[in-house]
Amino acid sequence: MSDDTSMNETPTIETHTEAKSTDDRSPASEADADVAGMDDQSIGEETVIEARDLSVFYGDERALQPVNVEIPDRQVTAIIGPSGCGKSTFLRSINRMNDMIDVARVDGELLFRDTNVYGEAVDPVALRRAIGMVFQKPNPFPKSIYDNVAYGLRIQGKDDDLDEQVESALRRAALWDEVSDRLGESALDMSGGQQQRLCIARAIAPDPEVILMDEPASALDPVATSQIEDLIEELARDYTVVIVTHNMQQAARISDKTMVFLTGGELVEFGDTSRIFENPDNQRVEDYITGKFG
Amino acid sequence: MSDAEVVSESDPFAGTSDLDRKRTIGRIFVGLCAASALVGIVALVVLIADVLYQSWGWVTWEFLTYPPSQFAESYLPGGRGAGIYPALVGSIFLIALTALFTIVLGVGAAVYLEEYASEGRLTAFIEANIANLAGVPSIVYGLLGLAIFVRAMQLGSSLLAGALTLTLLILPIVIVASQEAIRAVPDSQRHAAYGVGATDWEVIRDVVLPSALPGIMTGTILSLSRAIGETAPLIMVGAATSMFVPPDSPLGPFAAMPMQIFDWATMPDATFQHVAAAGIVVLLTVLLAMNATAVYIRHRFETEL
Repeated sequence: MSDDTSMNETPTIETHTEAKSTDDRSPASEADADVAGMDDQSIGEETVIEARDLSVFYGDERALQPVNVEIPDRQVTAIIGPSGCGKSTFLRSINRMNDMIDVARVDGELLFRDTNVYGEAVDPVALRRAIGMVFQKPNPFPKSIYDNVAYGLRIQGKDDDLDEQVESALRRAALWDEVSDRLGESALDMSGGQQQRLCIARAIAPDPEVILMDEPASALDPVATSQIEDLIEELARDYTVVIVTHNMQQAARISDKTMVFLTGGELVEFGDTSRIFENPDNQRVEDYITGKFG
Repeated sequence: MSDAEVVSESDPFAGTSDLDRKRTIGRIFVGLCAASALVGIVALVVLIADVLYQSWGWVTWEFLTYPPSQFAESYLPGGRGAGIYPALVGSIFLIALTALFTIVLGVGAAVYLEEYASEGRLTAFIEANIANLAGVPSIVYGLLGLAIFVRAMQLGSSLLAGALTLTLLILPIVIVASQEAIRAVPDSQRHAAYGVGATDWEVIRDVVLPSALPGIMTGTILSLSRAIGETAPLIMVGAATSMFVPPDSPLGPFAAMPMQIFDWATMPDATFQHVAAAGIVVLLTVLLAMNATAVYIRHRFETEL
């Protein structure tokens, strides 16, 4: 369907009831040379994270082809693609978790609120305070439920009214009702789904601006997955959420924007989720989404 | 239709006659393994039984609280009272100082190598050397201690010199054990802390060390119980074989239990064999108490949370 670019100009079906000021009426034919559909980042949406020719190398190997993308404020942006396509690499480059890999090297710019996070003046620790992260496998600390949520608040010195803040974070993570009477118990005694929501509570407790999620439901059962998905949609009211998922239905259900990486670490298409899933510009993206490969 | 065919059709387990032979081999193998396991246990039981038999009636309260004597009768119940007291206190002080140095240096080195140092030729070189040092005979460390601490640093044959020498001796083992404990902390735990904006130091303090602590403590305590029985390095640094008062300061002279036991064992009067056995019982008790502490710490931290 890549020849059918005119479809872009017709309004796409909005899957979200919440009013998003989506505006993707600009002609696609003008800018689909490199990354199809890059044009439908909508004017009027504030950009929180912007990649400019961002590449990542592991040693001599290029893990990410130059990525150009603008991730909007308070929406869910999903990153999909086959295994080893660089989606996690891109996610981890946002809060500089790749710094921990000795051989990883980054080229280009990644702007967070117009500041290049790879600039000299940026402290990765300060960056991670503003950009929280939830990981693939639930990784609560072997401490009590309360201490897990309080951890970020304590190290960031935001420990006034700790009790209220912990309660608020647990409520926002839809966990309070299940754990309010056992905050002192070990987090490791919770179910996998509860642990992952606890990790989300821990990430949002210090109130970051962005939350990165690396396949947060891939280790969970369907019920827990659906709870996490509901929670993510809820979180997007207050936070910018960027989520890596290998589950295309999940991306379609919960995200507003979708980035599609394909083999070789190339960002092939970016745009409104509804449009990408119904009418992708790129033939390879269509093949991937319809299950012809990957 | 021959008989053989009938048999093979009616017997679902045909062709399994080799099993008996294989099972016999299996039994022989189990027997050999069990015998090997027994050698260690039997040797230990015989040793302990012999020592207990030799020392029966000699380990008294007086033995623990009096200084040694030249006369075997003094050690007997009802005698003037003589024992292992200065060496017991000396050994405990020695091990306490060694523990202090070992934990600080060993954990520090392990944290640096595992958490900070980037993997390169230098780190690999250091790690290979540490592993090699763990196999160096203790008398060599004694010589090193004599040259550095006793002579060059002019500490004399003091408690401090002895403790520093023992520290050098067990440091490689403690570093390797601590490194393994630190390496066993899952990266997902570190990432969790980094993810909420922890600094390297906070990650180590809040995540790495608490998780690695049981492993570090067991490694350290087991090394210390090796150190408390060491004699060769103490001979080299010139510890006293026999003292009548416990050490009064880190820079003062000291006696330690292994040397005191050696001194008794070489006495011409055969009665001293019982005294030596009594000394061994005290040494083994301290040693077992330390190992029990290591087991307790591991168990406690593993069941907690």
